[in-house]
This record gives sequence, C-alpha cells and structure tokens, in this order.
Amino acid sequence: MSIDIETAARVAKLARIRVEEDELPALAQEFNNILGFIEQLQEVDVEGVEPMTSVTPMRLKRREDGVTEGGMAKTVLSNAPDAREGFFAVPKVVE
Amino acid sequence: MLDLSFEPPKPKVIAGAKHDWELVIGMEVHAQVSSKAKLFSGASTEFGAEPNSNVSFVDAAMPGMLPVINEFCIAQAVRTGLGLKAQINLRSAFDRKNYFYPDLPQGYQISQLYHPLVGEGEIIVDMEPGVARKVRIERIHVEQDAGKSIHDMDPAMSFVDLNRTGVALMEIVSRPDIRGPEEAAAYVVKLRQILRYLGTCDGNMQNGNLRADVNVSVCRPGAYEKYMETQDFSHLGTRCEIKNMNSMRFIQQAIDYEAKRQIAILEGGGEIVQETRLYDPDKGETRSMRSKEEAHDYRYFPDPDLLPLEIEQAWVDDIAAHLPELPDEKKARFVKDFGVTEYDADVLTAERDLADYFEASVGGGDGKKTANWVINEVLGRANKAEVSPREIVAPEVNAAILEMVAKDEISTKIAKDVLEKHIESGRAPAEIVESEGLKQVTDTGAIEAAVDQIIADNPEQVEKAKQNPKLAGWFVGQVMKATGGKANPKAVNELVSSKLKG
Repeated sequence: MSIDIETAARVAKLARIRVEEDELPALAQEFNNILGFIEQLQEVDVEGVEPMTSVTPMRLKRREDGVTEGGMAKTVLSNAPDAREGFFAVPKVVE
Repeated sequence: MLDLSFEPPKPKVIAGAKHDWELVIGMEVHAQVSSKAKLFSGASTEFGAEPNSNVSFVDAAMPGMLPVINEFCIAQAVRTGLGLKAQINLRSAFDRKNYFYPDLPQGYQISQLYHPLVGEGEIIVDMEPGVARKVRIERIHVEQDAGKSIHDMDPAMSFVDLNRTGVALMEIVSRPDIRGPEEAAAYVVKLRQILRYLGTCDGNMQNGNLRADVNVSVCRPGAYEKYMETQDFSHLGTRCEIKNMNSMRFIQQAIDYEAKRQIAILEGGGEIVQETRLYDPDKGETRSMRSKEEAHDYRYFPDPDLLPLEIEQAWVDDIAAHLPELPDEKKARFVKDFGVTEYDADVLTAERDLADYFEASVGGGDGKKTANWVINEVLGRANKAEVSPREIVAPEVNAAILEMVAKDEISTKIAKDVLEKHIESGRAPAEIVESEGLKQVTDTGAIEAAVDQIIADNPEQVEKAKQNPKLAGWFVGQVMKATGGKANPKAVNELVSSKLKG
C-alpha cells in the first residue's frame, strides 16, 4: 500500500492538522516510509499468537461506581479560549 | 416451558406506482446505563446539573489523564445482555472511534468495534395477543456518550456542556428483522420495558437516555425471505440511516416518509445512496446530513490506554442468578397462574412496579377478578389523576375489598363505593363497610319483607309483570333502592321472580 498526495491531504484534514500544499509530497513520503516498515513486520508469521497488550500479565484496573470528582466547572473552563455562562463557547456548529 | 406461543405479524406492504414494496428495518438503540458515575471517570451522571459541573479532567480530556473503567457499568451491560438472552463475551476490548466535534474533547469516542462485550441475543416484540416478531440482536457494545451543544443561546456561537461527556452507553444493535413502522416502535417499547425491568437504563426518551438510529431499506416482496434463507444482504435494498430518534411517534413517521422517498427514487429509475439522514418532525421529512459523510472515516484502532476487558464466568453467573423475572416470563405466568387474558397480562406487566402491585392485590384471592379490578377500577382512577396506583390505594386494600366481595359481604357495586370512600378519606375498607352499614343483606327475611312491601304498594306493576316477566327487573331495582343497595342481588332476583309467579 502506498500513500499518494491526495490521501495525505485527506488524513491531514481528518486530523484537523493544516498542511500546506507544498509540504504534502514530503508528508506522503513519510507515511510511506512508516508503512514500509510495517510491511516488513507483516512478514513475521504470527499465526496462532495472541496479540500482546501488556509486557507483564495485568488485569484491566476497575473503579467502583461512586462519584469522586466534579464540581469544578471553573477549573475545567479555565483553559477554554472562550467560555460563557458556564459553557465552552465555540464557533457555531449546527447543521 | 412458560413462553406463550405466537405467530409472526405480516410485513407492511406499501403499494408503489408500479408494484408493491416491503420494508426492512434494523435498529441501533443507544441506552444510557443507569449508574452513579461515568464509564471512565468518577464524575456524576446526574441529569440537569449546572453546566460543566459533572466534569472530571478525564472527561475534559486534559493531557495525561487516563480512563479507569467503572465496573458497575460493565455489570449493567452484562445484565442487559443476559436479559436479552445474549451471549456474554468474557473477553472484549475498547477501540477509539476518531472524529472531531466540540462536544467530544478527546477527539475520539471510546467504543467497542472489534470485540463487543455482548454477542447475539433476541427480543420478542409483541404486536397483539398471539402475534409477535422475534428480532435478533446482533451485539451490544459499551461506549462513551458525547456532551451537549446548545445552538440557540447566541447567533454566532454554540455553547458546549460536557456533563454528559463520558457517561456510559450501551449500543444495542438489531438485525434487519423489523418489517414495518409499527413493529419498529413496538421494538423500542419492548426493549425499553426490558431495560426498565432490569434497572440498567431508565428509558427516559425525553432526556435522551434512550435514542434510536433506524436503518431503513425497501425491497420487492419475496426478497426478504431470500435474505433470511441465505443471510446474504445483496437480496436487500440499499439502506439509509435515520439518526437520533427519541420518540415512538417520530420513529414511525420517519420510517413511513423514508420508505416512500426510497420507493419514489427506485420507481423513477434512480438508485438509493447509502447515507445518514435526519428526521425533521416539523416538516415531516428526512434529509441528508452531508457533513456526516466525510467524517465517516473513523479510523478505528484499539485504545492503547485500556487493556482488554476480561471478566470471569462466575461473575456473569452471579449476575444471571440475580436477574429479575422478565416481562415475557411474567406475562406467561400471569396467564397461566391467574387465568388472566394475554391482553390483560400485557397491561399488568408493562411496568415491573405495576406487576408487583397486581400480585400484592391478588393476595389469596381470585387473579382474574383482581386483574379486572386493578385495570378497570384502580388504573382508570390513577390514570385520570395522573398518579401511580400505589398513590391512591395500597394493594392490601384492594385485596381486603375483593375479599369482602368474594365472601358475599358486599356487592361489586358497593365495592366501588368503598374504593371511592377509601381514596377520599384513607379509611380502612372494613371500617367503612361496618360504620356505614354497607354490609350486604343476605338475611332473606329482611329481603322478603322489602319485596312484599313493594309488591303490596304497586298492584298495577304486579299485573303488568305477570303478563311480561321481563318487568321483574323493575321490582329488583326497587328492592335494591329500598335496601340502599345492600341486598344480595342474587337473593333479590330469586325472591322477586318466585313471588311474582305466586
């Protein structure tokens, strides 16, 4: 699989990262280098081998169903570029 | 086996300009899990709190914050799966569904695409007594809800509240087994009923705690049967998905509209484009959500912040052992044990609390009579007053009143008066009957005296009645009136007819 300039532009758009037109070929090339490496990895026969999710055997950590956080709207909003009446305020996104 | 037998309903047929069409519908229902805290954080799930007050740093997607799963939410989803007779997957995993929207600060929703927690199950969707559709459930996966955007507070801005962000959802996905708008609504009704029985979702559609995406396609008669034989989707038409429906009425209207739209396109020689659409209840039409199309590239991948979810069979068994009796079983038991009709059993099992109420009202008495009493007398009055039956009369009071009727102490008519008086004053039924002298007169001597008196006072009526025995009813009425309705009607009837003959 190889990434063309068009695909690189689409991926950038989906990730909401602005990439100038003249930077796209280099970006596509970078993608292809990564994919080339992954293609190499795919040569390894992993038939019947469980994907490894953790270096040491671990169980997914759970929490109990209790309210332990919240009540800090001000703090949560403190990094917002714009906040009004307790809400994040963003450019209109309605359809 | 306790289950009631049923026949499938006929699929809805829509006559097009050229020929007939049938509908094929599949549903994705998003049900908010009833829990105190969110799926991956310790923030509250409470509805209606001040904006952004139920938000933790995890929900706000602050850098470096890691999700930790709420075990109770998983138990709730397992409980739901067991309630839908579904397979529980002891190993499931979470994936990231990537998209950008202001009410999703992470930039991805944590969901379960590749390895859902719950596999195949089924729901019996009741249409009418003896007629039901068996709808197959494909899967249930657990995921995060998004926040809420408010668009009408400012002309140029949208306001975002993250209180709902990260609340646990169960997405319950059906197979395309639903064959008409009424069935689709009935499916949501039944699913909601089961969820409420299980206590895993409150089913509040107004608050958005239960919402449905509806997949609609149309096909020629006979094509669906081919699909069912082969499970090959190519026999079916191209589907459109109508997003985010939160009313049974709108679901039906949207499906109706969408089916007709698709039929018009196909009969005009066009093709259906698979897309996401939105129902506009004001205009009564569906329209394309073009913006969704590009965003459809979700680039799912396993969430590296979360290990696979492994649960133990013993834990699942323990949840299974504590499941409540579910609507289908309860309904079948009511029909079998109490001799009530399937229709009445449907009414009485609609809500778990009402079913419990009914059973407590039966006490040691007659189930069928109690069913009539609860449905006609109690529910009628409660619905009128817009309160629950419990708020107007305790089930023990029903049992006490019906026991007096069963022992012939009061008539059914007096029983209704006693109920009215109890609702007004809260007095005990036995005390009402005693202190107001409402006990039925079974003493034939007293009834006979009253009958004799009426006969003596109305010689003309007696003559007429001798010609026309149907007029005996008039005498019965007079005797009842003279005894304040307390005379045993059976005894009065017998005495009147024998006296008039004599």
